[in-house]
Amino acid sequence: MDSAIANPQADHDAAEHEHEHVFVPQHRHHFATEEQQREAGSFGMWLFLLTEIMFFGGLFFAYLLYRNWYYDAFVAASNQLSIPLGASNTAILITSGFFMALAVWAAEVRKKALLVVFLIFTTLFGLAFLGIKYVEYHEKWEKHHIPGASFDASEFINPSAYGLKENPLPPDVAQKTQMFFFLYFAMTGMHALHMIIGIGLLVWLLARAQRGDFTQGYVAPIENFGLYWHFVDIVWLYLFPLLYLINRHPLAH
Amino acid sequence: MAHEVEQEQHFHDPSNVTNPEHASHHIVSPAQYALVFAALLTGTALTVVAANIDLGVLNPIIALGIACTKAIIVILFFMHVKYQSHLIKTTVAAGFFMFLVLITMTLSDYISRAWGLW
Amino acid sequence: MSAPSPTILKLPDQSSATMPKRNFINAEHGLLSWLLTGDHKRIAILYLISITVFFFIGGAFAGLIRLELLTPQGDLVSSDTYNKLFTMHGIIMVFLFLVPSVPATIGNFLIPMMIGARDLAFPKINLLSWYLYIAAGTIMIASMALGGVDTGWTFTTPLSTHYLNTHVVTTAVAVFIAGFSSIFTGLNFIVTIHRMRCPGMTWFRMPLFVWAHYAASILMVLGTPVLAITLVLVGLERIFGIGVFDPTKGGDPLLFQHLFWFYSHPAVYIMILPGMAVISEVVSTFARKRVFGYTAVAFSSVAIALFGFFVWEHHMFIMGVSNYSALVFSLLTMLVAVPSAIKIFNWCFTLQQGSITFETPMLYAFGFMGLFTIGGLTGVFLGSLGMDIQLTETYFIVAHFHFVMVGGMLMAFLAGVHFWWPKMTGRMYPESLSKLAAVVTFIGFNLTFMPQFILGYLGMPRRYHAYPPEFQVLNVLSTAGATVLGVGYLLPVLYLAWSLKYGAIAGDNPWQATGLEWQTQSPPLTENFPEIPIMDHEAYDYEWLEHKTQHEVTHVG
Repeated sequence: MDSAIANPQADHDAAEHEHEHVFVPQHRHHFATEEQQREAGSFGMWLFLLTEIMFFGGLFFAYLLYRNWYYDAFVAASNQLSIPLGASNTAILITSGFFMALAVWAAEVRKKALLVVFLIFTTLFGLAFLGIKYVEYHEKWEKHHIPGASFDASEFINPSAYGLKENPLPPDVAQKTQMFFFLYFAMTGMHALHMIIGIGLLVWLLARAQRGDFTQGYVAPIENFGLYWHFVDIVWLYLFPLLYLINRHPLAH
Repeated sequence: MAHEVEQEQHFHDPSNVTNPEHASHHIVSPAQYALVFAALLTGTALTVVAANIDLGVLNPIIALGIACTKAIIVILFFMHVKYQSHLIKTTVAAGFFMFLVLITMTLSDYISRAWGLW
Repeated sequence: MSAPSPTILKLPDQSSATMPKRNFINAEHGLLSWLLTGDHKRIAILYLISITVFFFIGGAFAGLIRLELLTPQGDLVSSDTYNKLFTMHGIIMVFLFLVPSVPATIGNFLIPMMIGARDLAFPKINLLSWYLYIAAGTIMIASMALGGVDTGWTFTTPLSTHYLNTHVVTTAVAVFIAGFSSIFTGLNFIVTIHRMRCPGMTWFRMPLFVWAHYAASILMVLGTPVLAITLVLVGLERIFGIGVFDPTKGGDPLLFQHLFWFYSHPAVYIMILPGMAVISEVVSTFARKRVFGYTAVAFSSVAIALFGFFVWEHHMFIMGVSNYSALVFSLLTMLVAVPSAIKIFNWCFTLQQGSITFETPMLYAFGFMGLFTIGGLTGVFLGSLGMDIQLTETYFIVAHFHFVMVGGMLMAFLAGVHFWWPKMTGRMYPESLSKLAAVVTFIGFNLTFMPQFILGYLGMPRRYHAYPPEFQVLNVLSTAGATVLGVGYLLPVLYLAWSLKYGAIAGDNPWQATGLEWQTQSPPLTENFPEIPIMDHEAYDYEWLEHKTQHEVTHVG
């Protein structure tokens, strides 16, 4: 192949306007250019998200299997989840994601005050999501719908006694609602754990953003955290219809 | 150490191995984000409304379809993938492909079991 | 052209040779400079030491297993203890030795050098990867000290979730953490290979070592998380009794196996691909010839990775899966053998008309090619449904995977350690002693595991500590072999340690190999190269090397 130093000047000029060879203080010496470092960071974060897709994938398959095996039980159990709470949570998380995207923009256009504000809103909406999740979990605790030794399926065997407009299920089918609740807690719990980690990271990013670390041209942490946050959002976008909206019209049959 | 590094990257790399596509540094505007935001909220509302209408086997299909659409616009716009290099796009696709392999190949057993509850 | 010499080894004049004044080992001093390093080479050394320790712990368990199997009665240990022995042997060998062996030691050390980079893309993540490995190992030892686990390394449900009272959750946590160590290594490699090649280093000029590690890294990143979630589910089931794998609560135990083997089959390719990576380099160097069919070998690595994801159900043929899916997976299993075979053919054709010399790495490589072929072929037998029903859960399976993993992978690891030892340490190991060790290992290996094929064929089940008396002769042979094998593995530890102080000074390129790592000092500088190299020739270009060495002044030290 021709020598790599054949015509450096022409190529150099051509590319010059695209990446100024400006080194931010956070430049790592094993990278040749800022662009390379940024690309590598982004790529690395996407690979990590791929591992998350596969991680949640196992749970999604378990859900697919047991929903098909125990459809009636899943429907009955799903109808006990609150749509207003679930839908609000979905809207809240979407809004949180919106603010995160705006935060990335603010970092890119170097507006520190806006960046901090957007990060704060991202965090607040994230916390609101977790708050509502806590309310929902608490309700399940009260109704003995947490899988394990204290699980009680009587609400599904005899719904009218609890004032519910549902079809009663035979006892052995009703026991399968435990499987639904296990998947509910496992999937939303795993999701919530990722959100808690995310909020922890947000607090750290906020502190650094306030110091001005991300509005001098070095936006990679904000960008890459944004990728993580949006991914967690996407997981919820699937969890909501799959867990809350299985069959909201059972009595129509 | 710093001066060594600066000297090196003055020769440019014509076969451009380090950054083959010079992924352009496009900044997505707040207006675009707002549009996506609106679309996501609309999708959510649609999903809830559709769930309350009995459409038989179409219900889960519509629900998943809307969820997939939302995921796609988040990925393309909030996560900037529309403006990223081919490498990133391929990576994202590979991830979802692998997820589908897990689901479908495992399903191949459960669907074809004679004794199954499917 | 002069008569071929019996060795290609070219060392600098020992009377005046010194180690390079400045290298990555003496660049900084003190324990903390090692424990907090970002230098991929130092991390590789840290891994090498830790992996060796865990190898011998796993090996000790193997010794106890073979000792028990000397006699047909279960007289050395109780059956529960025996179960713990083979479980811990399997878990340590798979997760703490085989999976990280070549990638985390040789891969970490060499990949940046082979592509002309100064380090991996994420040095801190590399260090984190090692700490996760150490954490996993510590928790594993703790689990052993607390009483161990006896589920088999496969944690099969509902045994592991319901019927055992041993430390399943602790071990599962250890394996979970080890999995993330592996994921971060793979992630680092993928980003590095894509984005940090030096100018002129196109994909098809990279050493095949890098290609194989790239394929293995994809498997690490995409497969390991499924293991992680599976272990989480096992833990949740044990702790909360939720029933996801419990038939009495509507769960399916087979779901566990699907999810477990979805990772664990690609895992075997994670383990073997780096070994194949080493063999490509060694065979080329010691035959003084470029690897035959570079493109085929490169793509076969990727093909192994891809097909490897589609065959996992062949571990479950007798477990109650549907006949139709078993047929599909059996067919796919036949296909996955093809890329591996392509590699063997290409290495053989590399040897043809090459100038072959028989230094220690080459001896190990020959061992690999023979033993891996046998192991791989027996894998094809096992992929065939009818045969598998007869042979599964017998010693045939045990022999099969030990042939590919020990006869294959471990030999490749030793080949790699010997081949790059001069590069990593600047010292040569003692050649005659190492040749002896290689031969001893080969003999010991065959004596240990060949009888096990026959045992399995005759019907001796695996994971049993007592067996019918008619199997004793073969078992005694196997145990005898294991003793020889143990000697064969102990020798390298001793002479390699000896060589650190007393070995001959190696110089830049004792094997006269191509490859960027051989064009710089041994041990390398912390920054790998004084200037970033420019790759202007193809891989395995011995003419380029010839031209270069004729025109260069040999410098010493």
